[in-house]
Amino acid sequence: MRAAVVVFPGSNCDRDLAVAFAREGFDVTMVWHKETALPDGVDIVGVPGGFSYGDYLRCGAIAAQSPICRAIVDHAGRGGYVIGICNGFQVLTETGILPGALLRNAGLKYICRTVELRVETADSAFTAGYEKGQKISIPIAHHDGNYYADAETLARLRGEDRIAFTYTDNPNGSVADIAGILSADRRVLGMMPHPERAADPGHGGTDGLALFRALAGVLAPA
Amino acid sequence: MKARVHVMLKRGVLDPQGEAIRHALGAMGFQGVEGVRQGKVIELDLADGVTEAEVTEMCEKLLANTVIESYSIEMG
Repeated sequence: MRAAVVVFPGSNCDRDLAVAFAREGFDVTMVWHKETALPDGVDIVGVPGGFSYGDYLRCGAIAAQSPICRAIVDHAGRGGYVIGICNGFQVLTETGILPGALLRNAGLKYICRTVELRVETADSAFTAGYEKGQKISIPIAHHDGNYYADAETLARLRGEDRIAFTYTDNPNGSVADIAGILSADRRVLGMMPHPERAADPGHGGTDGLALFRALAGVLAPA
Repeated sequence: MKARVHVMLKRGVLDPQGEAIRHALGAMGFQGVEGVRQGKVIELDLADGVTEAEVTEMCEKLLANTVIESYSIEMG
């Protein structure tokens, strides 16, 4: 099982994400944003949290135009797995791999605390380790996590069971309390909360572990 | 030649920064400000021959996120 974690100037959760993959048995390669191709045989690409390019212009906008992002778009187009967390979710919406956009938090404040999420679907490689309706505690740390999608997009996400996680107490104004969404083929997940920061007893919580464990279960060689 | 690109959140997309400005103006005693929308202006210095169509493409691909933002271009 091979994972690639992309590193942009300003990424700051890249190593945390690499550790979370590695502890579930993934062989992890860090990939600099100027690379034009992903390493051969990569099963999943992780787009980490942070402040790529200082959040200039819009969060994730410049990163989305970087050479490696073209390779990630191709990887996703071929049915490859991708997870984008926090700034990574913003990057994935800016590339168009995932619909919608992340706006400034409704309360205008940067929020850094552990929140409760509701698992809205267990039907994906990312969420198969949870029960639908299960409540889990995962940290958030963002200023622009207010998910926006127009009514038509929202109806499609709901109709196709593509809302992965919602907040039980909406911290940022996200439409329909959305914390994370899936692509149409269910192989790309974008989420604002940080499962890689709840993946070791030393983190103070381990509710994120099941996500990486479920991925390893799906991607392990038969 | 210059181009000036105005980028605004679309109508219907909540603009919390604009709302904060509106509240602040009210608190300062300015009456009658019924709404504030905050956007951004991007000035481009262009070589001769760059067309408005090319600036439009720049807006569509990078300068604006058309999921949430609208833009307008002033050339010259």
